[in-house]
Amino acid sequence: MSDTQKFDRADSRVREDTGLAGAARAFVDRVRSGDLGMIPVILGLIVIAVVFTSLNPVFMRPQNLTNLLFDAAAVGLISLGVVFCLLLGEIDLSIGSMSGVASAILGVLWVSVGIPWPLAILAALAAGAFTGLVYAALLNRFGMPSFVSTLAGLLALLGLQLFLLGNSGSINLPFQSFLIRFGQILVMPGWLSYLLALVPGLVIFVFGMQTRSERAAANLSVPAMSVLVAKAASLTAVILIAVWYLNQGRGVPYMFVFFVLLVTGMEYILTRTQFGRSIFAVGGNREAARRAGIKVERIRIYAFMICSTFAAAGGILAASRLASASRQAGTGDVNLNAIAAAVIGGTSLFGGRGSAWSALLGVLVIQAISNGLTLLNLSSSLRYMILGAVLALAVIVDSLARQSRASHGRA
Amino acid sequence: MTGATSDKELILKLSNVSKQFGAVTALDGIDMEVHKGEVVALVGDNGAGKSTLVKILAGVHAKTSGTIEFEGREVEIGTPGRALELGIATVFQDLALCENLDVVANLFLGQEMNPWRLNEIEMEVRAWKLLGELAARIPSVREPIASLSGGQRQTVAIARSLLLDPEIIMLDEPTAALGVAQTAEVLNLIERVRDRGHGVILISHNMEDVRAVADRIVVLRLGKNNGTFGPDASQEELVSAITGATDNSVSRRAKARDAASSVEEGAK
Repeated sequence: MSDTQKFDRADSRVREDTGLAGAARAFVDRVRSGDLGMIPVILGLIVIAVVFTSLNPVFMRPQNLTNLLFDAAAVGLISLGVVFCLLLGEIDLSIGSMSGVASAILGVLWVSVGIPWPLAILAALAAGAFTGLVYAALLNRFGMPSFVSTLAGLLALLGLQLFLLGNSGSINLPFQSFLIRFGQILVMPGWLSYLLALVPGLVIFVFGMQTRSERAAANLSVPAMSVLVAKAASLTAVILIAVWYLNQGRGVPYMFVFFVLLVTGMEYILTRTQFGRSIFAVGGNREAARRAGIKVERIRIYAFMICSTFAAAGGILAASRLASASRQAGTGDVNLNAIAAAVIGGTSLFGGRGSAWSALLGVLVIQAISNGLTLLNLSSSLRYMILGAVLALAVIVDSLARQSRASHGRA
Repeated sequence: MTGATSDKELILKLSNVSKQFGAVTALDGIDMEVHKGEVVALVGDNGAGKSTLVKILAGVHAKTSGTIEFEGREVEIGTPGRALELGIATVFQDLALCENLDVVANLFLGQEMNPWRLNEIEMEVRAWKLLGELAARIPSVREPIASLSGGQRQTVAIARSLLLDPEIIMLDEPTAALGVAQTAEVLNLIERVRDRGHGVILISHNMEDVRAVADRIVVLRLGKNNGTFGPDASQEELVSAITGATDNSVSRRAKARDAASSVEEGAK
């Protein structure tokens, strides 16, 4: 410590949590006050892995895990979009139908009309963006709760999907195209996957060091070096082990890496930009945000457009995974799986709390359960009931943690 | 302390401003002036229209009729953002802070430095400096607002209003939730802001605070102007203006108490 007092260490009431022990103590404090972070997800994944592996050893085989990651990307993208709505304290119940419409647009334009698939994808994404714009306009102009407008949208979009597909019911997509191979077979070469596995830890370390020197220069307290190194090293180790294990089977799907990249990008937008900050502010206290000069209406428009566009993107990935655009696409449990994934990952249904990572973590849990139940050959009746119970459990955890945070004076 | 300040440059001029909420007239033909480097206190009983007037100037409510001139030009303050652009900063009675965000995020809300790659370090340093100027007792600026006490929140709200170096700062009951030392700090702060040449509009029920810092005291009653006083006005003058007459509920109560005291003594 230098002899000049740090700005943020001047108050004697602030406990200094330095080093690894300090970080651990701060972490325990946070958890006890109801800021659970990633704990429910990690516990959930462990329980799921143990239960399903004991019931059917195939579950933990690398081939199955690669399959699981292929499946996770589509729902994950939809979930990533709905995080933006949830952060505002709004909801979009039509994301499943939107993904179905997007796959139908892709199928019709690409196969039936004969437009190149990149253009068909653009059209589907544009349809998503437009749908989001409509929801935001209904909310801004008429004060129509998003719960209602998107419930109406769920039906309307489902109708549109059936109309687009017409009597045929489903359109098969060309197997040899890049899009379908991307959704079904393309995995990374081993060397590339190991190389990429090193990137997150490296990024954390480099930016952490940069932040350290900038904070030191600005006379602020500096986070401990040991914590930074431990964080970067443990993350790298976990990813390396996962990648090594997946490479024992088919390898790491490009599609999943694509999803993770988008999650990282959205996390940056949410935490490091004015737009992201505004979303949290509107979700936390709309009137305060308005009085701070934030254009609440505009933030809503962007959030709903992002949500529906990601839903459309998820629908396209789902279509490429199945190599078809069908009437069933986006129906059933897609909607709730995507919302449940975000909530399980730690995004609150009450607005103002959450992260893009929650979509990634939550979708792994949801997809693991779904995958495990499929391996057990359970009928869909049982699967729906179990997934319903998991969603209810996730919301209960969210509510309890929220009450605990309130009583501990945390947001 | 100087009583007459009308020779200083005029910043804000309200002429005949009215506000209707449906059938209710909250404000009726209000005139008010604020000059550079003066503290105008706005006093009045509950329901006199003080907060409504503040909200109109802050862009939260739209006025029904009348004109607002800012630095000699007639302006419409349609949105809170417009008010901030003009240089009218407001500390609301309900503070308007986001509980889920930390102190730094709240201070810079809507005015973040470097919108596409938030400069957290620079913002944190400026937050500490600003809070230091206010002698604020905030232990950590990286805690969410939810963990702060009422007085600490008040300080954060005041600090936020000063961030943009506004022409006029409006404080709606700034000392109501504060301790003794913090109240003195806020009053010092108000004088510091005035000495820098800003205009201050202060709303308070605390006549001591008002007389301590105000250069002029504007009294509202039932949505209308009811007199303007210097800081040397007596308590009786202010009370009668606030309540409407020399024969007001406060004086009646005093009389009634004198008259009734013997009766009550007997009843016991």
